[in-house]
Amino acid sequence: MSTATLAQALNTALGDALREDPDVHILGEDVGTLGGVFRITDGLAAEFGPQRCLDTPLAEAGILGTAVGMAMYGLRPVVEMQFDAFAYPAFEQLVSHVAKMRNRTAGKLPLPITIRIPYGGGIGGVEHHSDSSEAYYAHTPGLHVVTPATVADGYGLLRAAIASDDPVVFLEPKRLYWSKDEFAPAPVEPIGRAVVRRQGTSATLLTYGPSLPVCLEAAEAAKAEGWDLSVVDLRSLTPFDDETVCAAVRATGRAVVVHEASGFGGVGAEIAARVMERCFHHLAAPVLRVTGFDIPFPPPMLERHHLPGVDRILDAVARLQWEQ
Amino acid sequence: MTLLDQPAGAPLGSVWPPDAHGPRRDPAPLLPDPEPLRVLGTSVADKLDPELLRELYRRLVLGRRYNQQATTLTKQGRLAVYPASTGQEACQIAAAMVLRDTDWLFPSYRDTLAVVSRGVRPVEALTLLRGDAHHGWDPKAHRVAPLSTPLATQAPHAVGLAHAARLRGDDVVALTTVGDGGTSEGDFHEALNFAGVLNAPVVFLVQNNGYAISVPLAKQSAAPTLAHKAVGYGISGRLVDGNDAAAMHTVLSEAVEHARSGRGPVLVEAVTYRLEAHTNADDATRYRTPDEVTAWQARDPLHLLETHLREAGLIDDAAVAAAAQAAEELAAEMRAEFHAEPELDPLSLFEHVYAEPTPQLREQAAMLAAELAAEADAR
Ligand SMILES: Cc1ncc(C[n+]2csc(CCOP(=O)(O)OP(=O)(O)O)c2C)c(N)n1
Repeated sequence: MSTATLAQALNTALGDALREDPDVHILGEDVGTLGGVFRITDGLAAEFGPQRCLDTPLAEAGILGTAVGMAMYGLRPVVEMQFDAFAYPAFEQLVSHVAKMRNRTAGKLPLPITIRIPYGGGIGGVEHHSDSSEAYYAHTPGLHVVTPATVADGYGLLRAAIASDDPVVFLEPKRLYWSKDEFAPAPVEPIGRAVVRRQGTSATLLTYGPSLPVCLEAAEAAKAEGWDLSVVDLRSLTPFDDETVCAAVRATGRAVVVHEASGFGGVGAEIAARVMERCFHHLAAPVLRVTGFDIPFPPPMLERHHLPGVDRILDAVARLQWEQ
Repeated sequence: MTLLDQPAGAPLGSVWPPDAHGPRRDPAPLLPDPEPLRVLGTSVADKLDPELLRELYRRLVLGRRYNQQATTLTKQGRLAVYPASTGQEACQIAAAMVLRDTDWLFPSYRDTLAVVSRGVRPVEALTLLRGDAHHGWDPKAHRVAPLSTPLATQAPHAVGLAHAARLRGDDVVALTTVGDGGTSEGDFHEALNFAGVLNAPVVFLVQNNGYAISVPLAKQSAAPTLAHKAVGYGISGRLVDGNDAAAMHTVLSEAVEHARSGRGPVLVEAVTYRLEAHTNADDATRYRTPDEVTAWQARDPLHLLETHLREAGLIDDAAVAAAAQAAEELAAEMRAEFHAEPELDPLSLFEHVYAEPTPQLREQAAMLAAELAAEADAR
């Protein structure tokens, strides 16, 4: 097996999808000649032509709205939003049409659109380049929201997203783009399943996307404190895998949810509530959350204070009422 | 140097800026007509196919009756709300008539008459407004997209569909309708721009009826005409009298042909008037005078065409009576269809959110099923 970065795995997934299905079309800003600002579409316009990997005008609502019409005609558009905060102009199209068209038309007009959005901080981006916007999307019925945290999932989840007959918001943790791992394009499993990345006995960290490596690091560091932590990678925020999450939490009796996005009204609140409702009698402590602060994303030189780090995660684990 | 001091006359693109800044086009052919084009009352009308004019008339009569009946159904509580297109029927029917079966219509929320003129049954066209479901007809069977309630958001859909059809080598034109207010929305502009860049076969029909609810056009836009908005996107703009059914048919036919032949998208502004209030829930007396309405009633599209046809000796009393009779039949059909109570299945709410319901939706559906069972038991 050779190694690849997450960016390369995503690029391979797009190339394979374009090759296997003539209905797949990529569109977005700078995705053609340049190959995208993160090079995720590198070489695709050269191989598949400028129509299959289309450089569009700068207009996110126009891009997504055009993709809606293309999907109505039977194509499978894959849209790239250049950055998290620049997907907001397309929010109306996403919420009012992409998410609702199948439901509105009782299944007559499904919209198999994949919306790729680089998200999250950790790359020293100036303002508007580091938002974690997953809660907006996860709160919207009709969308699937997935986020890979590993190189293998970058490929597998993206193929699954493009193959899905429902719209999928595909959130790419931009700080993991350059993370490397062994990689061979693997068969695609349907989206919606979480995976236990580390099996432990003392407490369970529930996380996704950019926070997975931080949680795995925290689990390693926790050994020194005598804690053996489980780490669950959610992969899919909608649909949510209650089964895997609850099994993992029940096995340890303690849980901490970790994500970069601000905590208030965030996905972590939903996860904590779901765990509390389903696992209450198995819990030895309240479910805690480690999240970004409830502030606009900070300037690059301060972002490390905002992002959940190993110490903050271990502090939360320490608060899980071990004295009982 | 101010803008006004800049030298004129050099052909665009021949001087600075360099290539990367192109393409540049000569704007002159794109500029809209100085006056809304009229056909009725001009010599052009005499050259039109009399059968086409009679067909327009029959459809106008049907359209007017459709608007009246839908308004009545609202008063009877059979429709939750109805935005009438009374006064705009010429725009509505022309938009439907100029399209081929394989073309697509992307209507805005006021355009159910265009939808019906495309062959959709009134009860299906009005499902959203009746309130039993969000949408009634099969979009693919009729090549009519669902009514778009968020203004102008359907415009980029029309562009995407037309673009996709072209990619597949299919001969398909998409026509989308927008109100004068809707032309201020970002999606409208993004759609015009995309259509221009992609050279997508799309016709944008703006029905300028003077008002966006209460806001008059003067507060909506400082453009000389709404058709001028085309020029900035390098596409053609046309200005037409929206109450002149013959002019509407002529201009829209040309626009569709223009798009179909690969010459690019067209923006058509139809100058018309909404004779009724915004919807049955609106009080139009708060923002316009009875005199204004009366003045426009004199330009009622139905009267204009009927007068022309009678003067030209193209219809007689029997033809008028026959059109009225067909309209009464349509109204009777609407009453019958709306008299029947719609069948509601609360559990269908979960069926089409996704291709397969998520585990969470399955749980919630089970909860509602239990509530329904308990309700049934209690009865
Ligand atoms: C994005 C959006 N904003 C506001 C509204 C509420 N709204 C419904 S109709 C309307 C006026 C529309 O005016 P116009 O586009 O001129 O169309 P008309 O009603 O005259 O047919 C408004 C403001 C809406 N439907 N969508």
